[in-house]
Amino acid sequence: MAFIDYYKILGIAKSASAADIKKAYRKLARKYHPDLNPSDKEAERKFKEINEANEVLSNPENRKKYDAHGKDWQHAAEFQKANQQQRQYQGGGQQSPFGDFGGGDYSDFFESMFGGRASSRGRTGGGVKFRGQDLNAELHLNLRDVYKTDKRTLTINGKNIRLTIPAGVKNGQVIKIKGHGGEGVNGGPKGDLNITFSIENNTKFKLDGDNLHTTVDLDFYKAILGGEITIDTFDGKVKLKIAPETQNGTKVKLKGKGFPVYKKEGSYGDLYITYQIKMPKNLTEKEKQLFTELAKLRPS
Amino acid sequence: MSKENFIPIHKLCKLYQVEMSFFSNLNEIGLIQITTIEQSHYVHQDKINDIEKIIRIHRDLDLNIEGIDIVFNLLQKIDDLENEMITMKNRLRFYEN
Repeated sequence: MAFIDYYKILGIAKSASAADIKKAYRKLARKYHPDLNPSDKEAERKFKEINEANEVLSNPENRKKYDAHGKDWQHAAEFQKANQQQRQYQGGGQQSPFGDFGGGDYSDFFESMFGGRASSRGRTGGGVKFRGQDLNAELHLNLRDVYKTDKRTLTINGKNIRLTIPAGVKNGQVIKIKGHGGEGVNGGPKGDLNITFSIENNTKFKLDGDNLHTTVDLDFYKAILGGEITIDTFDGKVKLKIAPETQNGTKVKLKGKGFPVYKKEGSYGDLYITYQIKMPKNLTEKEKQLFTELAKLRPS
Repeated sequence: MSKENFIPIHKLCKLYQVEMSFFSNLNEIGLIQITTIEQSHYVHQDKINDIEKIIRIHRDLDLNIEGIDIVFNLLQKIDDLENEMITMKNRLRFYEN
């Protein structure tokens, strides 16, 4: 447990007035407030530090104790007795009404010195119900995992949560599961669980919105004369007719053979196939002779 | 109109220790929508998250209602931009792979 320099955290001198402290706190709070920096863990950590510093320095009694014994925190136990008396006077049982970034989660240093929350703001009331904190989690999946709606059991904070993953969910998309977040305060409702999907594509298909794209090798002779090929789509093989004289790079669209549209059951994007014509190699003398004859028929 | 899913404002005033005028001002500026049912005022429960955020910002940052409105609009813009960025990143992956 290390000494925490609350003056340094707020960027003020030891001689700072109450107004200076308030001003410094407000300035930093505006910068790092978690509501203004959603999903920014570093801002949340800084805000907790700033909040803790403000809790101590904005309360004249706590500031006096901190100034007198702060660095000598190992003797903080001496304050416990006085602190208990103070809490009895305050009515005790104070807790942040708005999740934990307003107050709880104090440093060990603070806990040892002031014995937990010693709010000077007095914004809470006993027995008031408040909603629990929202929790965030990340779920890593492969593209194939989200081709069909799937049910999974996730273990989050030691609890099993049965989750339906809708087909077509996108990389980076966040799904909110109501009531699976942190416990409410004083019997208030639970917060929500926000799951961010991280989806890796290790298939030969490229995903663009709900459409899939792929490249298919096409035999030179089939490209010239036409024919039939079998290709892989995301959900199986399909036969395709190749038109005679198909050019290299020709794109064809297979309607409804793309990726499922999120939360639109039975609706799919399209599959775009680009033909890459493979030229014959290692020609025999006979083949060379025939190609020469063919070339003569089409003088450039 | 059914009161189901609605929370009476007087209860919220008590819970969050704010004046009724606070909610009226939020309603006027369009941050919440107050619904009147049988001469009592209510807000929809889905707005509770926003209301708690508004009160936190109001108290922690000492912002007035107009300031909170600006913050909410900017946060909405950030949210839209983040979603756009996710879509763009996914499209970029299409060209990179």
